[in-house]
Amino acid sequence: MKLSYEWLSKYLDLDGVEPKDLAEKIERTAVEVDSVTRLDYKLKKIVVGHTLEVTDHPDSDHLHVCQVDVGEDEPIQIVCGAPNIAADQDVIVALHGSRIKDNVKIKRSKMRGVKSNGMICALQEIGYPDNVVPKEFVDGIYVFPADSGVKPGDSVMEALGMDDDIIDTSVTPNRGDMFSMNGNAHEIAAILDQTANFDVAEIESSLQSETKLLDQIKIEINDEKDTPVYKMMGVEGVSIKESPFWLQTLLMKVGIRPINNVVDVTNYVMLKYGQPLHAYDLSSLKGKTISVSDAKEGSEFETLDGMKRELRSSDLMIMADNVPVGMAGIMGGLDSEVTNQTQNVVIEAAIFDPIKIRKAARYHNLHSEAAMRFERGIDYSALNQALKEAAILIAQFSDGRVLDGVVEGSNVKKSPQVVTVTLPRINKILGTSLSKGEVLDIFRRLDFETEFDDQEQTFTISVPVRRWDIHIEADILEEVARIFGYDNLPVTLPTGAPTVGQLTAKQKLIRASRNVLEGLGLTQAMSYGLTTIAKSARFVKDDHAQVKVNWPMTKDREALRMNLISGLLDDVAYNQARSVDNIALYEQGRVFYANGSGQPEEIEHIAGVISGSIQAKSWNEPEKLVSFFDIKGIVEQYLKNLALTGEITYTAVQDLDGMHPGRTAEVKLDGQIIGFLGQIHPLTAKEFKIKETYVFELNLTEIVNAQKKLQHYSVISKYPAITRDVAMLISKDVTNEQILNVIRETKQANLVNVELFDVYAGEHLEDGMKSMAYQLTYQDINDTLQEDTVNQEFSKVIEQLKEQLDATIR
Amino acid sequence: MGLQEKLKELEEKGLNEISLAKELSKLNEVRVNFLGKKGPITEVLRGMRDLSKEERPKVGEFANRVRDNLTAKIEKRRTELEAEALNKKLSEEALDVTLPGTPMNQGQPHVIQQIIDNIEDLFLGMGYQVVEGPEVELDRYNFEMLNLPKDHPARDMQDTFYITDEVLMRSQTSPVQARTMEKHDFSKGPLKMISPGVVYRRDTDDATHSHQFHQIEGLVIDKNITMGDLKGTLVTLAKELFGDRFEVRLRPSYFPFTEPSVEADVTCFNCMGKGCSVCKYTGWIEVLGAGMVHPNVLKMAGVDTEVYGGFAFGLGPDRFAMLRYGVDDIRNFYLNDVRFLSQFNKRG
Repeated sequence: MKLSYEWLSKYLDLDGVEPKDLAEKIERTAVEVDSVTRLDYKLKKIVVGHTLEVTDHPDSDHLHVCQVDVGEDEPIQIVCGAPNIAADQDVIVALHGSRIKDNVKIKRSKMRGVKSNGMICALQEIGYPDNVVPKEFVDGIYVFPADSGVKPGDSVMEALGMDDDIIDTSVTPNRGDMFSMNGNAHEIAAILDQTANFDVAEIESSLQSETKLLDQIKIEINDEKDTPVYKMMGVEGVSIKESPFWLQTLLMKVGIRPINNVVDVTNYVMLKYGQPLHAYDLSSLKGKTISVSDAKEGSEFETLDGMKRELRSSDLMIMADNVPVGMAGIMGGLDSEVTNQTQNVVIEAAIFDPIKIRKAARYHNLHSEAAMRFERGIDYSALNQALKEAAILIAQFSDGRVLDGVVEGSNVKKSPQVVTVTLPRINKILGTSLSKGEVLDIFRRLDFETEFDDQEQTFTISVPVRRWDIHIEADILEEVARIFGYDNLPVTLPTGAPTVGQLTAKQKLIRASRNVLEGLGLTQAMSYGLTTIAKSARFVKDDHAQVKVNWPMTKDREALRMNLISGLLDDVAYNQARSVDNIALYEQGRVFYANGSGQPEEIEHIAGVISGSIQAKSWNEPEKLVSFFDIKGIVEQYLKNLALTGEITYTAVQDLDGMHPGRTAEVKLDGQIIGFLGQIHPLTAKEFKIKETYVFELNLTEIVNAQKKLQHYSVISKYPAITRDVAMLISKDVTNEQILNVIRETKQANLVNVELFDVYAGEHLEDGMKSMAYQLTYQDINDTLQEDTVNQEFSKVIEQLKEQLDATIR
Repeated sequence: MGLQEKLKELEEKGLNEISLAKELSKLNEVRVNFLGKKGPITEVLRGMRDLSKEERPKVGEFANRVRDNLTAKIEKRRTELEAEALNKKLSEEALDVTLPGTPMNQGQPHVIQQIIDNIEDLFLGMGYQVVEGPEVELDRYNFEMLNLPKDHPARDMQDTFYITDEVLMRSQTSPVQARTMEKHDFSKGPLKMISPGVVYRRDTDDATHSHQFHQIEGLVIDKNITMGDLKGTLVTLAKELFGDRFEVRLRPSYFPFTEPSVEADVTCFNCMGKGCSVCKYTGWIEVLGAGMVHPNVLKMAGVDTEVYGGFAFGLGPDRFAMLRYGVDDIRNFYLNDVRFLSQFNKRG
């Protein structure tokens, strides 16, 4: 809410409290302050001018030449293009050398050959936003009204109250009381330890009419939950015109457009009391029964702003003889609007169900000042005075008289909320050591009637109705803490029974996984969980069902991902589109599989992608392009670090969506698939607009759950190792794994390692054949191996290779 | 010419040749020529049998001296030549040490991950557990158990992606609070936890909004937890993240699941509190929200509010990263531009 410092100072003694300091106090004690601003910020040399003579410009069909009295010895000449300029007006003059909005400098100039010594300004040109400028001045210059009392040469900034400081607060949903000047006055009084002055208007006899409002309208409220309070007062014989100058300028500086002497009063009273009001032309309601009811689903209603709105049955409507005349708490109807012809008005002061108002405001996107207040709650104790004051002011400003009586449809009463709290409890929760006196003083400042029972050490607080946010002990604790000052709270850390701060095995494994992959050169990526329906389902072999969001905002974010690779490929595409070709990324995150109508399954995955070169070309090293065996090496090294007890195997897989049919392997743990690795299918790569790319994706949940080896130490043999090399010609179809299996199955006692050191196929070899060469290492832990033993063992290997795989030993 | 003169002459000749030897091979030749079995000194010594008995020891001694001298000089020369050769080799091997080293591949943790790890480590050290929860939540945990019944106005503060009427993409990490509290056995001691994770909101992605971002929730429930403890914890956290030079300011705020509620600001790191466009001329930057756990939240999780109470706090690592590193567009965190990610390579 925009708070005028000047208005606040009518309630409180703000001498010596600078606006900025006051804002800081409000922020530290009550609600956030968005800004402290002044409308006259950087404005300079802008004065009131009186137009003595206005003539048409000789060389223009729209410019006028004005002689303006600006309080100097001689009038000055200004050329003005505004359509509403005329003689004998008090206007805003930016003199030569002045600064207007956006720090624009105004200088003497010639306009089509005629001298102009300044500029006659519109309100927008000195910083008012379009939507607060009175309608008649929106497209022209501003003209001061007669009651403004301005004289030529007066400072415009002072005349319009632009020199006031406006503290703009951001009111949290619980502090609806801070949406009124009175509420703010109460709050600031507590902060500053002052007593605020509240004026209470009463109807003077000269303004009182004998005519009873009840004779003109009836109100019937059936549902006190929807409409706990509904009251009306009337004013007869009004003449609709502009409001007093002070009221117009006040509204403008807090961001509200002056309309007329009725609407402005309802806005003013709303600002003062937080009670939204609505004024109707009595003639449209006369003789009718007012009621509040749910709208007819699908019916249409034209609101004050001229918009036709389709209603829902949850919208609350004000009805006159069952015909809608307003949307309760949100906006009135066009048909019952107060117009210049209106002679009698009736003012509605009501309280509506905040939930219904909130829903309607959201649905119709009508977050009016009124709706904002109804949603957050209304001060039941201020309504009567607000209604009365509105009637008085309307009567005053419009030469009317207040009709006799208040017509009531409902009047649910609220009494002060009684809350108890003990002194030890306050100190226990806040960590303070406040005395009874200090706490009582806080309640006194808040103006909460409080009793203290010494025996029980208990405060019994009677919370005024104006603070409807306070119901329970915790609310009172907050009040004490706020007024005591959060700054004054002690700074301690929790004590009590010690606890062990420790990551779980799963968390440790995930951290380790990240460290290993980063060590292997992969940088961590973070992608979106929501993606397109198509991308979500890529690279998934199993028949998992997708999770889709209701009412997605865009096609790009429609389904939860079932794989991490799609996101990583998007990242590769993003980088490669920007000529960053060499990519090595990994991501650790969740994939989601639908699980009936409940929560989906969330599985931790880890995936990686490499593209471009794994080793960039440098001055001393050639470029090394990524290959299948790089991604496999990464996965092997990663899994090695995890020390899984089970056996990891890699099996060719031809039919995995998006993957190269000849360059993809499933990763298995003891025969169970835990993921895959390989090359992205060239067509898929084209689709994603990426270069040759290799990926892996593993089910991390399976890995977390898999059994791990204990870290252990094996004795390193002191005896020398003996190696034997075997090179063989063998059919291309025979895999490395088959060869290793044959060697392993010979179960040689001293064979400690087998290493592939050469693979060759091509020239000089028979078609369909390849050459594979392995080095076998023999070593005994207890003794020096004899050549004979090794030869014996080695020959068995050779024999088996020949026999089982038809190998030709070279 | 007597033997002695002959030896003397040989010695001089030898010394001269040694000094002239510029290579090890040449020096070796000199050694063989003078000291070898067929060399002149041996020959001279052979002629000793013709000498008288008196002269023989004198000449023998002299001959030995000549031989030792030549041997020593050859050794000395060899050392010199070897050193020369080594120096020559080393100087030939000299490199331009300013040439760049061979590039090694080293990946980086994501900047947001770094902040999360940083905060996790801080709280692990203070005896907290790290707890994860589902990203797709039940309305009950995401809202209702946090004192946000259906139609609560504060639900508007978090526009949510729904999957069904009751299942949604969690809009905050707070549901992990509710889940953990519900399960915790308080007879076994206090509950101290943090919960980092991804959250989702129906926001259109732009420089300052993202439909997906991270949050870290913290919760402590015990018998004697005070608001002072909350303040101390937040101050500790802020100092860890931003450094000791920064002041922490607490302000009243509103969250449905805490009462009293606070928001914590730290001194604007851009202007150090003087006021600038980053802090909207306030000198402060809002960094987290917190409060004492609302009794309704405790009750709904089955915690006895007469005995137990505590505090909760929540913060956004994305926002922290933006503030701490001056990242001006939140989308940078999810585009995974390698040039962006690789900048955050400071370890330790």
